[in-house]
Amino acid sequence: MTIRSVLVANRGEIAVRIIRAAKALGLRTIQVYSAADADSLAVRIADEAVEIGPPAAKKSYLNIPALIEAAKTAKADAVHPGYGFLAENADFADAVVAAGMRFVGPSGSAIRLLGDKVAAREVARKAGVPTVPGSDGRVTDAETAAAMAGEIGFPVMIKAAAGGGGRGIRIVHDAAEFARQFPQASAEAAAAFGDGGLYVEKVIPKARHIEVQILGDGRNFVHCFERECSLQRRRQKVWEEAPAFDLPQDVRARLCASAVELARSVGYVGAGTVEYLYDDATRDFYFIEVNTRIQVEHPVTEMITGVDLVQEMLKIAGGQPLSVRQDDVAIVGHAIECRINAEDPYKDFQPWPGKVEKLAVPDEAHVRFDTLLFEGYQVPPFYDSLLGKLIVHGETRDQCLARLGQALSRLDIQGIPTTLPLHRALAADPDVMAGNVHTRFLEKWLETGLAAAGREKEVAQ
Amino acid sequence: MSKQEVRSPLPGVFYRKPAPDSPPYKNDGDAVAADDVIGLVEVMKSFHEVKAGVAGRAIRFLADNEDAIMAGDVIAEVEG
Repeated sequence: MTIRSVLVANRGEIAVRIIRAAKALGLRTIQVYSAADADSLAVRIADEAVEIGPPAAKKSYLNIPALIEAAKTAKADAVHPGYGFLAENADFADAVVAAGMRFVGPSGSAIRLLGDKVAAREVARKAGVPTVPGSDGRVTDAETAAAMAGEIGFPVMIKAAAGGGGRGIRIVHDAAEFARQFPQASAEAAAAFGDGGLYVEKVIPKARHIEVQILGDGRNFVHCFERECSLQRRRQKVWEEAPAFDLPQDVRARLCASAVELARSVGYVGAGTVEYLYDDATRDFYFIEVNTRIQVEHPVTEMITGVDLVQEMLKIAGGQPLSVRQDDVAIVGHAIECRINAEDPYKDFQPWPGKVEKLAVPDEAHVRFDTLLFEGYQVPPFYDSLLGKLIVHGETRDQCLARLGQALSRLDIQGIPTTLPLHRALAADPDVMAGNVHTRFLEKWLETGLAAAGREKEVAQ
Repeated sequence: MSKQEVRSPLPGVFYRKPAPDSPPYKNDGDAVAADDVIGLVEVMKSFHEVKAGVAGRAIRFLADNEDAIMAGDVIAEVEG
């Protein structure tokens, strides 16, 4: 491998994960940190640590010149961006390369291409991947848009071109409603995003969110099968599984092959995820977007395939060819990941930082806990609320769920509110156990399911 | 003349305006009512409005826009 050291341009559990993977490959690790993270686990376990600025992410983890300077000073050969922050920032990838280092991920131009929703849709279509029926790009004229919505078939979504993360989306059910909503949506988009551009997309009712993990070294491309991320709250994933449950073999084969084709069509380098909506009723899947980075939920894929995705990313950045061939990658058993956040599920998921008074983690072969926590750690208020991810493996989904229930009951985090009660309730829910969920399931369930679990908790106390 | 402190109920990052390109909720010297929003605190990517809590004829900010603050920190003073 041509790299001997890597700088981790991130924080939290993913920084810890990257450091461990890099150490396993014999690399020297350099961790950057903001003033609020001097006492973090990543700083403790890295070979070296460099302070890059004050707590606000804009002045530290999002500060490209400070990160490049830190990497140069520490004589890093490569920079791993993790997820979030600058992980999908093409300018950062370019800056790392311009400074003579390797970026652990695809090139800036690939990030730019796949990060643009309209361009990525075009790439997908050219690679033969089905896309959600809709307007190709922006629609400006209300009448043309209405005619198009009629052709696509109601219900349709009116989306703000400049929106994202679920913001600027309206669902309309007929032509009259469409005519009423379209001008309002445009005015709202202009006010909220400074851009009144809209596009129209078919609503896939009861869609499941399924995504395919891909790896590429620029010449060879493989998939590591799919993950199911249908349990979401406010379009944020809270629970992920691999493989997707009850996915017909032929659908799985087509889905995974299409993701590899897309990767091949752009000469993809690194780890990436191709996201799809899947319609159980029609067995159709539709491309949504590509994430050009490692994802929070990558461990479920690692648990079922045995491929260490972060080590693989580092090897690829070091110029090595993919160490796995498609024939080597097989699904063994089932894995589930629960995101444990510093939020109170009984108080509308209000995040609350604080000190971890006690931490007890189940220590078993089929359980993995990727975390930034240690006893006595003060969770800072400045970043996201993810504390860790509990990942459990089983030979079957039923065994996995049973083991997950046990692991959740034994995982003990005290001193701060966490979303553990949510996961305990979900792991025991009949619909979740039967795999009878879709992307709108959790929001609905929260109105009744968690409240019911909460009442039981009060009675028990 | 009485002076009353406005403390942050939450730890996080303090913002004096509702959006980066908006004017501040209040300027130094502005009169405030108890129900007036004087800033936002971002804690773990969620935003919470901070109200003055007291009425007065002039407010003076001690925390700057985007300052990191802890719960209980004084963010402003209001002259009665």
